[in-house]
Amino acid sequence: MAHLGAGGLVKRVLTTLALPAVLVAAWWFASAHSTSFFWPPLRTIVEAFPETWTADPWLHDVLPSLARLAIGYLIALAAGAGLGVAIGSSRTLREICEPVLEFLRAVPPPVLIPVIALFAGYTGWTSKIITIALGCVWPILLNTIEGVRSLDEVLRDTARSYGLGRVATLWHVVLRGASPRIATGARQALSIGVILMVISELFGANRGLGAAIVQFQRGFAIPQMWTGIILLGLIGVALSALFRLVEHRALAWYRGLRQAERGA
Amino acid sequence: MSVILDVDGLAKTYTGHGREVEAIRDLTFRIHKGELVCIVGPSGAGKTTLLRCVAGLLGASGGTVVLDGSTVTQPPPGMAVVFQEYGRSLFPWLTVRKNVELPLREKGLGRAERTAKADAALDAVGLRDSADAHPWQLSGGMQQRVAIARAIAYEPSVLLMDEPFAAVDAQTRADLEDLVRRLWHQLGVTVLFVTHDIDESVYLGQRVLVLSNRPTVVLEDVPIDLPDERDQLGTRSSARFAELRSHVYELIQQAKKGHRPEPAGV
Repeated sequence: MAHLGAGGLVKRVLTTLALPAVLVAAWWFASAHSTSFFWPPLRTIVEAFPETWTADPWLHDVLPSLARLAIGYLIALAAGAGLGVAIGSSRTLREICEPVLEFLRAVPPPVLIPVIALFAGYTGWTSKIITIALGCVWPILLNTIEGVRSLDEVLRDTARSYGLGRVATLWHVVLRGASPRIATGARQALSIGVILMVISELFGANRGLGAAIVQFQRGFAIPQMWTGIILLGLIGVALSALFRLVEHRALAWYRGLRQAERGA
Repeated sequence: MSVILDVDGLAKTYTGHGREVEAIRDLTFRIHKGELVCIVGPSGAGKTTLLRCVAGLLGASGGTVVLDGSTVTQPPPGMAVVFQEYGRSLFPWLTVRKNVELPLREKGLGRAERTAKADAALDAVGLRDSADAHPWQLSGGMQQRVAIARAIAYEPSVLLMDEPFAAVDAQTRADLEDLVRRLWHQLGVTVLFVTHDIDESVYLGQRVLVLSNRPTVVLEDVPIDLPDERDQLGTRSSARFAELRSHVYELIQQAKKGHRPEPAGV
């Protein structure tokens, strides 16, 4: 993948875009003469897009939603990786925490929204951020624990015998060594985060991307509702591309290592 | 010559699952400053246990390890270890240069000094050109040379090597053996080299400590009176090499049969 020629690049862009193009075209033609109220022609939806998502909803719905997602997600990342390193490093702590973690993980965060709202308020940012963070933290936490636990003993011995202190060992050995697993957890958490970003706004919120979609739905503004759904999907694609970009840079060594191991 | 490493009555018994396994019973030996000493023993003689105890990575159940006058209870600053599993001992997320520099950074050396020491060490093992590669881009022998470069850049009082060439092919192994001899000459570092390879121990060492089987004691301390200049062809085909090799070989055979030296003080 690192040595793509111009031809290879063109081919890759084509393979990436082929299926989406086909699906959009299918939608376009299948819905072209639709008279169904709930299933408007794609053309109508596309036309409704620019007038629906003007500067005001971007500023007051989309961006605040994304900001809450970012904050909740980053809190989950910090907490998940931090706790994961602590729990993964200590066998005793692991044994103590495991049953509780399994229990908490099994509770779907959406059912906690009313409870969280009770303490953190219905309309503010806090309850939504907590909901997102609470949902995102589990895959990150559990993967980090596993990543730290499976860290090579020889690497730990190396760090110890060369006098690496706690901070350096944590930073250069434990976190870096667990980073492929942390990334796996973070990727799972990202899709959970997007879902919870929407769900957290379904209860008692009047602004936000999720809230906007619900309001279109309740007001029977069906093409507008569809534009919201499409926008959500596009945001998902963009976030995942962004994630892959970061991962690609941060874990270049891991891909190389894996390739070298397969080649050997 | 001053004693730099003094291992006295070292014992290690593993306990776990209600069972006790006595790995090392009573190991006593001394290494002088600037010596190159090999430790050889039958498989399962607790060579790695010994090395981990000496390195301070594993707590002993009895006896003491004294490095440079201070008792070893945890990995001491004056010791560097080259592990057998080079592929697992180098940090795959760091480049070759950063692998060498990381311990130096922890020592508090400035950037310029780190770079200079890393360059010198990589030069010494012939890997200056690969400084910016990642370890997994190199062959096994080259990776082990990186590990050696990291160890010598650390400038230890004692360099511990735990079967470092067990996992490389024979030709590479010969090259690396000569590299160890050359670095030892150039840098005057003290080397404790653990191996299961009898030829390797005789070829490399000034002394060979032959271990018994478990529970381990030192069976014999064999002085290697080969000329100081050694080369793979001449030294290995000399009569004296063959004699020493046979002697160590016989000791190992005895060790495998359970032969043990007379208890001390008798």
